[in-house]
Amino acid sequence: MSSIKVSTTINGDPTEYVCEADETLLDVLRNRLGLTGAKEGCSTGDCGACSVTIDGRLTCSCLVLGAEMDGAEIGTIEGMASGEKLHPLQKKFIEHAALQCGICTPGFLIAAKSLLDHNPKPTETEVRFALAGNLCRCTGYDKIVRAVMDTAAEMRRA
Amino acid sequence: MPLDNAESSTRKYKVVGTRPNRPDGVDKVTGRARFGADAVAPGQLVGLILRSPHPHAKIKGIDASKALKLAGVKAVVTSADLPDKTDGDAMLYDVLVNVMAREKALYQGHAVAAVAATSASIARQALKLIKVDYEILPHVTDVDEAMKPNAPLLYPKMITDGMDPKPKKPSNVVRRYEFGHGDVEAGFKKAEIIVERSFKTEATHQGYIEPHACLANVGPDGQGELWVCTQGHFMVRDTCARLLGMDFSKLRVTASEIGGGFGGKTTVFIEPIALALSRKANRPVKVVMSREEVFKATGPTSSSSIDVKIGATKDGRIVAGDATLRYQGGAFAGSPVEFGAMTAFAQYDLDNVRAVGFDVVCNRPKQAAYRAPGAPMANFAVESVIEELAHKVGMEPIDFRIKNAAREGTHSSYGPVYGPIGLLPTLQKAREHPHFKAPLGKNQGRGMACGFWFNFGGQSCVSMNIGVDGTVGVTVGSPDIGGSRASMCLMTAEELGIPYDKVRAVVADTGTLGYNDVTDGSRTTFATGMACIMAARDAIKKLCARAAQIWGIPEDAVVWENGHAKPAGSNAGNFPPMSLKEIAAQAPSTGGPIAGHHEFSADGAGVSFATHICDSEVDPETGFTKILRYTVLQDAGKAVHPSYVEGQFQGGAVQGIGWALNEEYIYGKDGRLQNAGFLDYRIPVCSDLPMIDTVILEIPNPGHPYGVRGVGETSIVPPLAAVANSVSAAVGVRMTELPISPPKLLAALEKQSAMKKAAE
Repeated sequence: MSSIKVSTTINGDPTEYVCEADETLLDVLRNRLGLTGAKEGCSTGDCGACSVTIDGRLTCSCLVLGAEMDGAEIGTIEGMASGEKLHPLQKKFIEHAALQCGICTPGFLIAAKSLLDHNPKPTETEVRFALAGNLCRCTGYDKIVRAVMDTAAEMRRA
Repeated sequence: MPLDNAESSTRKYKVVGTRPNRPDGVDKVTGRARFGADAVAPGQLVGLILRSPHPHAKIKGIDASKALKLAGVKAVVTSADLPDKTDGDAMLYDVLVNVMAREKALYQGHAVAAVAATSASIARQALKLIKVDYEILPHVTDVDEAMKPNAPLLYPKMITDGMDPKPKKPSNVVRRYEFGHGDVEAGFKKAEIIVERSFKTEATHQGYIEPHACLANVGPDGQGELWVCTQGHFMVRDTCARLLGMDFSKLRVTASEIGGGFGGKTTVFIEPIALALSRKANRPVKVVMSREEVFKATGPTSSSSIDVKIGATKDGRIVAGDATLRYQGGAFAGSPVEFGAMTAFAQYDLDNVRAVGFDVVCNRPKQAAYRAPGAPMANFAVESVIEELAHKVGMEPIDFRIKNAAREGTHSSYGPVYGPIGLLPTLQKAREHPHFKAPLGKNQGRGMACGFWFNFGGQSCVSMNIGVDGTVGVTVGSPDIGGSRASMCLMTAEELGIPYDKVRAVVADTGTLGYNDVTDGSRTTFATGMACIMAARDAIKKLCARAAQIWGIPEDAVVWENGHAKPAGSNAGNFPPMSLKEIAAQAPSTGGPIAGHHEFSADGAGVSFATHICDSEVDPETGFTKILRYTVLQDAGKAVHPSYVEGQFQGGAVQGIGWALNEEYIYGKDGRLQNAGFLDYRIPVCSDLPMIDTVILEIPNPGHPYGVRGVGETSIVPPLAAVANSVSAAVGVRMTELPISPPKLLAALEKQSAMKKAAE
């Protein structure tokens, strides 16, 4: 299979990679670039564990091909904290015990940040629907929703 | 050191009971935590597994010659590469057969061959080149069908155990179990009101978001390493080593971070195959399951068929309870029907009770444990009948339950007499809870249920190393599946009398510690936590000895208080207290490193009870049920980290809600699973649910120094019935089959309205 060369930006860093035509962006991130924060829970776009942003838009990286990413700006969980400073969502997830096993956490954080970027004052219902594409089997979502609501309130105060 | 447990109810805790950040929090929110599929080894190959498309077929031959000729293919493994080394151990032999089919494929998805290749695409091509010659056999996937006399037999020689007289004809029934006491027939004669119902529940999957994954590396010298997501890496080591004929000590297994398990990762599936491929290829091999493989070829829980009959007198006293439970456990013996029969009536104080269970095989994947295995279905059946019986007696269901609830001294339905238990307090708190008095609207209903789980102790081994800077490393062998490292640190800090942030817990590999049982049975915070407390006490003894040495007084003249060594009294000498940090700093010159250890098999796991309240609303147009409000009240003994205790309550409740409303294994007539993905096997999502309110009760467990009871499993037991009872209250139809999916509920509503019309 012939490889395809792709130039892209990941978490602000110019990044080039080669991939095969049938590799998903998730495959490329995990297997070629060592960015294993995005997880493969289903490979069918149902669980949201592989969530990233592409040009600012929340996407399941298992549903797009690596070869399609030429010129795109990709955001992953690895780019969420700035230096040693955690994003407020990351802090609140820890404080609220909004994770148990933690496998879904990167996807939830990306999805929650995407929500707050567009809607800084979401209602509980809006949070619940914004996160409905992400599956968590441990928490029953209660503490995740609380963490996101609390982050939104804190970010509004800041 | 004897357990000083009398103090647990009066002790004032400094650290235990607080809610600090978990030690692995930053790793988990930054994507840095390494789960099963996140490891790489130099030169690793990709392993893929060929699976049977047939639910039941004889394997007449496997031809892998074409696959082996494909460039990039480094090894192919079939059952021929896994000779039987199980030495008469029937349970281990079942694991071997489940890992790789031998004479027969017993379910759709059963592994028949595996390949290791230099890339995923080559491995996929190679699978297509392996030719398997199948002779298709008749199949059965329903438990009641599997028990019929003319059913296709999975094991043509299997005679049911536990029957008197022993049956002469083979069947799919592995074994009969019976629990109970008293005279059930005589009890029913005293009954003035009897309710009798039959129920069915479909199989559900644990639904952990992380598929099984491992990275195996075995050399021709017989030494190997395995990185794997599992609930018990010591179990993985022993099982794989036995199946592959390796020495236990030469296989080092490291537990990755684990992305959920709920019981489903308490056995092996891909691990022996990855090791066999690696051994044959002499290269590291990584095997990662797809979600489809997880659904088809790991262990969902049993589907069930249950009859329950309960009788009461008019004053609301239950006089007899009887249940017959039939669970299919997939293609192998070992469905959790025994636990179902033991737990069915465990929440009641009954003079006459009997529960009979039948363990049945059929052409489905081998069931694995799922959170309180076997109990939720039995509880659904019994608590549905209890609710109906309460109404017929004319009592509020909660008062009926309180009147008949098990309490300290009750002879439980499964044998033991209860010590101090928390069922009545959860019921009393439930009655006082604002949820219980909140008004309901049209098409809305309220249901409740009580549930029970045994909890387990088991083997734990802990090492504790005091650093010269006064910080403490705790080395445990229990995979942390939901924050247990935080609990280990809390208990260690409490016992040593130092701050939480001076303790760090690490989950070590199998080469580092003695055997630790699987993280299951809600045992880790209880048993491994108790090992941490004991290891801390061992370290304290040594810290006191060092202080005695420094002061030049006898060791027994030193006591430990608030993180400091002190002379026991004025006779012992007049020295200012020495902190752990001060003693640790002098360790190099007072005898070297200071460490505590503890290894044991824990008894005394206290049982745990819960009461759940559920409000739901049914849309009569669509049959869709919305959960409006949900409250969990459960006895935790002592909540070490209350946030994670609440998390266990909430998570279990929501898995139970999914079981009650959405989740099911759907088989076609062809014996094939029709919904092997998260789109069609729908677990609850965020927008389906309300907040899950929790109330933690603390009735200390006398078997633990701090009174801790396991909390992980009880929370999935009552929701099936609580939801079903609320739906029944909302629409006036008793739902006896789970899940209560919209088509099923709609059909029941239509039947009800047709019956009403006919009556008019």
